[in-house]
Amino acid sequence: MQVSKEEILHIAKLANLNLKEEEVNTYMGHLEEILNFANVVNEAPIEGLEESIGVNEAYNVFRRDEIVQGLQREELLQNAPDSQEGMFKIPKVIN
Amino acid sequence: MEIYELTVHELLEKLYKKEITKEEILTSYQNRINEKEKDVQAFVTITEEEAKEQFKKVQEGNNTSKLAGIPIGIKDNICTKGIKTTCASKMLENFVSPYDATVMDKINAEGMVTLGKLNMDEFAMGGSTEHSYFKKTKNPWNLNKVPGGSSGGSAAAVAAGMVPWALGSDTGGSIRQPASFCGIVGLKPTYGLVSRFGLVAFASSLDQIGTLTKDVEDSALLLNVIAGHDEKDSTSAAKEKEDYTKALKNDVKGLKIGVPKEYFGEGINEEVKASIEKVIEKYRELGATVEECSLDVADYALATYYIIACAEASSNLGRFDGIRYGYRTKNYENLKDIYRNSRSEGFGAEVKRRIILGTYVLSSGYYDAYYKKAQQVRTLVKNEFARNFEKYDVILTPTASNVAFDIGSKINDPLEMYLADLCTVPVNIAGLPGISVPCGLNSEKMPIGFQLIGKPFAESTILNAAYTYEQNTDFKKNKPEFKN
Amino acid sequence: MSREDYEVVIGLEVHAELATKTKIFCSCPTEFGGEPNTHCCPICMALPGTLPVLNEKVVEYAVRAGLATNCEIEQNSKNDRKNYFYPDLPKAYQISQYDRPLCKRGSIEIENEKGEKRTIRITRIHIEEDAGKLNHDEFGGGSLVDLNRAGVPLIEIVSEPDIRSSVEAENYLRKLKSILEYIEVSDCKMQEGSLRADVNVSVRKKGETKLGTRTEMKNMNSFRSIVRGIEYEIDRQIDLIEDGGVVEQETLRWDDVSGRTFSMRDKEDAQDYRYFPDPDLVAIRLSDEYIENIRKSLPELPESRRERYIEEYKLTEREANLLTASKYLSNLFESTTSICGNAKAACNWILSDISRILNEREMEPNEIPFTSDHLAELIALIEKGTISSAIAKKVLEELFENPNKPSKIIEEKGWIQISDEGAIREVVLKVLQATPQSVADFKAGKEKAIGFLVGQAMKETKGKANPQMLNKMFVEEINKM
Repeated sequence: MQVSKEEILHIAKLANLNLKEEEVNTYMGHLEEILNFANVVNEAPIEGLEESIGVNEAYNVFRRDEIVQGLQREELLQNAPDSQEGMFKIPKVIN
Repeated sequence: MEIYELTVHELLEKLYKKEITKEEILTSYQNRINEKEKDVQAFVTITEEEAKEQFKKVQEGNNTSKLAGIPIGIKDNICTKGIKTTCASKMLENFVSPYDATVMDKINAEGMVTLGKLNMDEFAMGGSTEHSYFKKTKNPWNLNKVPGGSSGGSAAAVAAGMVPWALGSDTGGSIRQPASFCGIVGLKPTYGLVSRFGLVAFASSLDQIGTLTKDVEDSALLLNVIAGHDEKDSTSAAKEKEDYTKALKNDVKGLKIGVPKEYFGEGINEEVKASIEKVIEKYRELGATVEECSLDVADYALATYYIIACAEASSNLGRFDGIRYGYRTKNYENLKDIYRNSRSEGFGAEVKRRIILGTYVLSSGYYDAYYKKAQQVRTLVKNEFARNFEKYDVILTPTASNVAFDIGSKINDPLEMYLADLCTVPVNIAGLPGISVPCGLNSEKMPIGFQLIGKPFAESTILNAAYTYEQNTDFKKNKPEFKN
Repeated sequence: MSREDYEVVIGLEVHAELATKTKIFCSCPTEFGGEPNTHCCPICMALPGTLPVLNEKVVEYAVRAGLATNCEIEQNSKNDRKNYFYPDLPKAYQISQYDRPLCKRGSIEIENEKGEKRTIRITRIHIEEDAGKLNHDEFGGGSLVDLNRAGVPLIEIVSEPDIRSSVEAENYLRKLKSILEYIEVSDCKMQEGSLRADVNVSVRKKGETKLGTRTEMKNMNSFRSIVRGIEYEIDRQIDLIEDGGVVEQETLRWDDVSGRTFSMRDKEDAQDYRYFPDPDLVAIRLSDEYIENIRKSLPELPESRRERYIEEYKLTEREANLLTASKYLSNLFESTTSICGNAKAACNWILSDISRILNEREMEPNEIPFTSDHLAELIALIEKGTISSAIAKKVLEELFENPNKPSKIIEEKGWIQISDEGAIREVVLKVLQATPQSVADFKAGKEKAIGFLVGQAMKETKGKANPQMLNKMFVEEINKM
């Protein structure tokens, strides 16, 4: 499995990570190595097998449509790096 | 024997006989922390004052639970209201959850006292606790060795007698492997038995909270507290409450044990193999039937594990964006800077590596080749276990391919580190219960553990099998030496 | 070549907020407004460790919508994560549905500009969560994140590209809106954003079978801007092609003020949503019985009501269309008619005066403050001659201000029609005395003069005199002269 530098940079962008030049190379190497190993899944005898979404056999786990009071806004915002007027503050975003 | 050396059920017995008091228990553990923490480095946060405060309240509140006032340690990825929950990451260095995890509600309802938050690999990603942003926890048996991971702080704290027991989380072996490295008992319950609400997610379909204890009876006791259906977790199983201590019968006559030959191959250390052979002999001696069996999915399971775990993690960790909580870079002008710089500076190398792998396997063009296949392999693994469980009550394997390794010796080889999870990850892939039990020391006096795997929700079966072994051997008597 | 040589192809992705009490995955209220971040909890704020649990009503409402639009219901459905970063999306993924939406392959019928019937196919309806809102800080120059809307349940209704004009697009959306209102799954308040559409537009030369490159206008929330936006895009794309250019596939923002679209390139930037099944949620399996129970509980839909009105009440097609377009007006009509027995009058009042007042006051039909009892009584009072229709219009205005029984209103206001012969004769004589010219005109054959006289008498009685009696008495008295 060959992973190109462009691919690593594209993936990093999707994941919102900055990679330094040396990190790009390290991660490229690791990713190739791990993917080569992970490729064994393509040799597994899985013809006709369903995909497992988790291991839970349960289905239709629902909640009733009833209001439950949440926490106070102060508690919900207590970890905010920056806030104003009860909202999370970020640099201006143009819609 | 010192108080801090006792198991919880022994403490309860002595309390019942009025040989000790609850105050003495708390003091003994807090003193032990003061004495040993500098060597072991198991805690991210020690809540000395809060614990005393909590203890006082419990004493005044007339909590009738027999566990009221009993101390506990909590892995630092379980949300505790008012106490920092860091996941051992710079990202959450100052994060204080405004709510308690469901397991904490249960622990608090029993009146148990939290002594602190325990170190781990960052966001539970790793098998050595070397990937903590804050500190490297040492193995109490040999301070130059890792305690295992990711619940390394929990395992080391229990082994060192700094807490009588602890909660951990297990995504691919993160309770069982450090338990085995530190010579204690680690139980990963069936997926869905314990609520995940309030456990900071690594891989949602694999994560499960479990126990790290000095012996099997304590595992059953603590599991009684934390197990149970939770409406806040859609994947929580709607099961009747069980008393797991009632399952401990010290009798395995007629128990059918399968030993998969795949876990005795070249990847497994010879001393570990020899030790497991003795376990097998012991079980036969105790009246169980032990047969070689085949679980021909080991390699696939490991690859599948890394694909699924990283894919889920890459999505679960998206919320750490520097906006609502967590680390925000100082270095920003626009939103993009906040996202990229906060995440790049706030996450450690291993976390970033897994986010990249996970993003890659989910990305367009690769989804079918990796993620979709991995989910099919998951079905294969489940089927393979189910096939074996038609014949056997439990499956026995080594917990880890080797004993604890030297700190720093594997940190630059992620793949080798991943391969070491060979025996534990299939259990998470299939959502089964697994327990690691100490079964001896190697020539360097490092602990070895074996793993028992049960059918879904058959915790009672594996607890009884583990208990019976423990009662008929004396490895429990081995104590760590804090060798330098 | 001109616009006539092109065919327009439009597809709509309509988002409707569901009228549940609580959010889709947590127990916070969905109520519109409120102080920022007060309809929130650790779950919809995506605090570490939190987990979603699906609201049962969301599934039920989506299935209702699917059945009302002739969809097949997916009996083995699931939720998927759509991963992307944006400050209004706290988990950095939206829980939506990817390859197994709850409903698929439906259709609704609309009319085009020529009055012809057109079938618009519906590709799918799926459930998902709404995002929060970014407010702009006037002074500090930053943006502020409010998550009150984050986690409000939505259904997304995706049409096939079957729509051929802006009129059809508008009619499709109006039809969809009225269906959703009828089955009570959404209040469809466009000004609050609870109904909004992404509009895909492309053009191709007539006869061409391949679709042209489409552009997508995001988050349109009024009929007017949808029509204007589509017209603008059609012109822009045709001009571009005619000038030898190519249409680029892109996401656009329609600006109502400047009347043009702008590219939103930023959002397009390397988008790869990495959909995968949400491992925090379990499968949704719907039994035949569950689906049949919902089907049985569906109310009569506008289509069938329309037919019935024409048949049963002898309304014109236009009247039936207008009345059934709003569930509220249609209900008001039926209930008023059942009380007063006069369908024609009920229809006229609703479609003329009531609709005019709603328009003037920019009110929605469901904000009408009075009941069908009031309207029925008003109609009966006219029929009995207690009030004139002129007074009735005043009573209606009053009903919007202070809803009360019309008989009470006219009594309090002293608006009861004067039908007493003596009193009326007194007014008639007074008016005749004051306007000799009109009398002369009438005698000279100018029939219209009688109208003027009646008008004067009405003025004198503040509109309370019975106009038929006035008419009759003026003729009598003039003839006596």
